[in-house]
Amino acid sequence: MKAHRNPEPLWRDEFSIHTADERYVSRRQFTKFLVLTSLGMFAGNLWILLRSAFSKTPVYSEQSICRANDVPVGGVWLFRYPSEKDPCILIRPDQDTYVAYSQKCTHLSCAVFYSPEKDRLEWPCHEGYFSVRTGNVLQGPPPRPLPQVILERRGDEIVAVGIATRKET
Amino acid sequence: MERQNQPTQKRGLTAIDGALALIALLLIVQMWLLTATLESYLAGHREVVLPAAIISGALFLVCAGLYLFVRRIDAEARAAQKKEEAPML
Repeated sequence: MKAHRNPEPLWRDEFSIHTADERYVSRRQFTKFLVLTSLGMFAGNLWILLRSAFSKTPVYSEQSICRANDVPVGGVWLFRYPSEKDPCILIRPDQDTYVAYSQKCTHLSCAVFYSPEKDRLEWPCHEGYFSVRTGNVLQGPPPRPLPQVILERRGDEIVAVGIATRKET
Repeated sequence: MERQNQPTQKRGLTAIDGALALIALLLIVQMWLLTATLESYLAGHREVVLPAAIISGALFLVCAGLYLFVRRIDAEARAAQKKEEAPML
């Protein structure tokens, strides 16, 4: 009588979890993962759609910024509008022109500064430049123009009355 | 004739690989669509949001359809393999 010899040790039979099998990702599992990622992308698009459908038009309060003569020609005045978390910059490029923009760059929210020599707003983080007259991107990675603060001049006073988020032209 | 002699599992694997590649391609398109839609939305172009959501949904449905195809092919290939491995009675 021949003794039956099992090639596998006894513990392998009793402990039936195989590490190699556990690590193995089959094509079907990988496909499932990709399809779930696809579902996530669709959910992202739906989220944007819902935000777009239910977002309300913001209402801005009026806020006095400064007196016209407080800002010299070629000078700037920093202020916060509409809330304390929103830094803005008011620029007087010539005698009768006052423009104001959000100071947060539309790329990564670093602060922008006015360069009177080159007559443009500069964003030193990634060398982006904006037009002082329009807020449009002149150069660099910013994808959108700077949000412009709508100004009104009431006598000697400059008042912010809203924010205009403009489309890139 | 040669094609008929090809083992079922190998043919199934080729089909699954093709479907997998197509799903990966559609997923890349969906990723691009999502980032482009978000960028447009933040720039104030709200008119693109609805068509982008519809296209993204269609791409997801195609991916899901391909996944069902992969499952079916995989099941058929496994069944054929089991049949081949079964001891002859």
